[in-house]
Amino acid sequence: MSDKSRLQRVLEQGNFSLTTEIGPPMSADAQLVRKKARMLVGAADAANITDNQAAVVRMSSIAAGILASQEGIEPVIQMTCRDRNRIALQSDLLGAWALGARNLLCLSGDHPSLGNHKQAKNVYDIDSIQLLQAVARLQNEGVFLSGGKCRHPPHFFLGATANPFADPSELQLMRLQKKIAAGAQFIQTQAVYDVEAFEQWMARVRALGLHEKAYIQAGIVVNKSVKSIEMTRLVAGMRIPESYIDRMRAAGDAAAEGKAIALELICRLRQVEGIRGIHIMSVGWEEVVPELAGESGLLPRPAAEQEDETV
Amino acid sequence: MIVAEQKPIGDIAASLGSFKNIVIASCDTCVTVCLAGGEKEALEIQGLLTLCDRESGAERAYTVVNIKRQCDDEFFEGENDVIARADAVLSLACGAGVQFMAEKYRSLPILPALNTKFMGASRGLGYWTEMCQGCGNCILERTGGICPVSRCSKSIFNGPCGGSQNGKCEVSPDIDCGWQLIYDRLRAIGQLDRLSGIIETRDWSTSRDGGPRSLALPDARVGKEDERVV
Ligand code: SF4
Ligand code: SF4
Repeated sequence: MSDKSRLQRVLEQGNFSLTTEIGPPMSADAQLVRKKARMLVGAADAANITDNQAAVVRMSSIAAGILASQEGIEPVIQMTCRDRNRIALQSDLLGAWALGARNLLCLSGDHPSLGNHKQAKNVYDIDSIQLLQAVARLQNEGVFLSGGKCRHPPHFFLGATANPFADPSELQLMRLQKKIAAGAQFIQTQAVYDVEAFEQWMARVRALGLHEKAYIQAGIVVNKSVKSIEMTRLVAGMRIPESYIDRMRAAGDAAAEGKAIALELICRLRQVEGIRGIHIMSVGWEEVVPELAGESGLLPRPAAEQEDETV
Repeated sequence: MIVAEQKPIGDIAASLGSFKNIVIASCDTCVTVCLAGGEKEALEIQGLLTLCDRESGAERAYTVVNIKRQCDDEFFEGENDVIARADAVLSLACGAGVQFMAEKYRSLPILPALNTKFMGASRGLGYWTEMCQGCGNCILERTGGICPVSRCSKSIFNGPCGGSQNGKCEVSPDIDCGWQLIYDRLRAIGQLDRLSGIIETRDWSTSRDGGPRSLALPDARVGKEDERVV
C-alpha cells in the first residue's frame, strides 16, 4: 500500500541520491522520450521531466514522465505556475498521481517573454511557494484550495528548487525557509560551479537547520562544448568561475573536459556537509550520465526496496 | 493616473472609414498629463488627418472639442450640439472615456485614438511606469509600498523568482525586479520581518478575474436611484 517514490526511499534509507533530467521533445514523438529514458535506467534514482522549459512548447511533463517510467526510470514531474491556474494545476496533480507519478517539483517557471510564444498571456494565479503549500494541504488534510474535500488525495514526494547565487541572497534564503515550511521535502539547487560560494551558502543553510528539514541536492550541469558553457553562463542566477570557461576553451576535446569538470564538481560537492544528493543536468547529453555516475563511484544505485511496515 | 499613447496616425485614418464629419474630442485629465490626448494633441491629430486626407483624396471636416473629463456626464454640457451633428467621434480619452461617450451618444460611432496602457506615475519628463493593476485587495502594507502584482513580471507574492539578477528582472535588463525593490525598501525601513511569513494564495475574484467590477457608495447615492445610467 506504500506509495513512496523510489527517490524518497533512497533518501529516507540514508543513501546519497543521484537524479538527472529529461527534456521532453518539441514534438509528439514518444520514441524520443523512451530512448532518453532507457539510457538512464539504473544510472540514476529518478529523472526530472521539465515543464515547457524556457517557456518553449514541448510535450507535457506528465505525459513524458509516464513514458519514462514505462521504460524503467522514475520521473520527478516538474510543475510550473506559468501556464495553469489553480484549477488546472490541481487537476494535473490528480492526473499525474493517478498515472503513477510519485515525485513532484514545484517551480515558478520562466516568463513567457523568454520563450518562443512571447504573445502568450502569463498565468501565475499562484506562485511556487503557494503551490507547495496547496499540494501539502491537499496531501495532509485532503482539502483543495477551494476548501472542498478530496477523498483520495495524492501523496507526492514534494520538491522545490533553490538558487544559492541569486539576488538578493538574504531574501532568497528566506524563500528557501518558506518553501520548506510550505512542505518541500527535497530541494534541488541551481547548477553549482563556484563551490566556495556554494559552501558559504550551505553554511548559512546549516545554521538555519534547513538541511535537517529537507534533503538538499546540489545541481550540476555537464557541458559538452564551449558554446554550451557560454550559454549556461547567460542563464539568470548562474555563476561560473572564469577558470572553467578557460579550461573548456583550451581543451582539445571540449566534451572530455566538460565531463572532467563535472566529475571534479561531483567529487567536491559530495564532501559538502549537509548535501544529500547530486542532481545532474545533462542538457541533452543523456549518455554521459551513466558514465559520470560510474566514474564518480555512485553506481550501483541502491535497491531501496519498499518497506512493508509503511503505513 | 491612467497612461495612454496615441495609435499610429495611419491606423486612426483607416478607422475613420467613410465618415465625413468628425469630432475630435480631447480629454483634459490623465491623458493630457501624459501628452497623448489633450487639446494640443487633438489639434495635432486634426492637422495630421487633414494631411492624410489630402493624400488619399478623402473629403472630411474636423471639429475639435475639449472635454474636461470624458468619463463623467457633467462635463459634456455645451458640446452636445456639436457632437450630435457629427458622423463619428474620434476620442482621445482612455478606454473608459471612449466607452462612456459610446453609452452617452448611443447612435454615434465613437472611435479610439489612443491605446490605453496602465495605471502609473510620472518618473520624470515624458516617462511613466506602471504601479497598480487595480487588484481590488491591496497588500502594499506587507510589501513596503511596492506592488508585487504590477511590478513583478510574474505577479508573484513570495518572490523573487530565481531569475532576479543584479536588481533586474529576467524579462529585461530595463525592468527593475519588483521583489528586489520590495526587499531594499523593507530593509531600509527596518521592516524585513514583514516578509518572513508566506503570503497566502490570493483571492483574485476582487480583481478583473471576478468579472467586470463596479462600486456603489450607498451614502453618495441617496436619491439618485432614478438616474442610473444603463
Ligand atoms: S496590491 Fe493591488 S491595489 Fe495594491 S497597488 Fe498592487 S494592484 Fe494596486
Ligand atoms: S525577476 Fe523579479 S520582477 Fe522579474 S519575475 Fe522574477 S521576481 Fe518578478
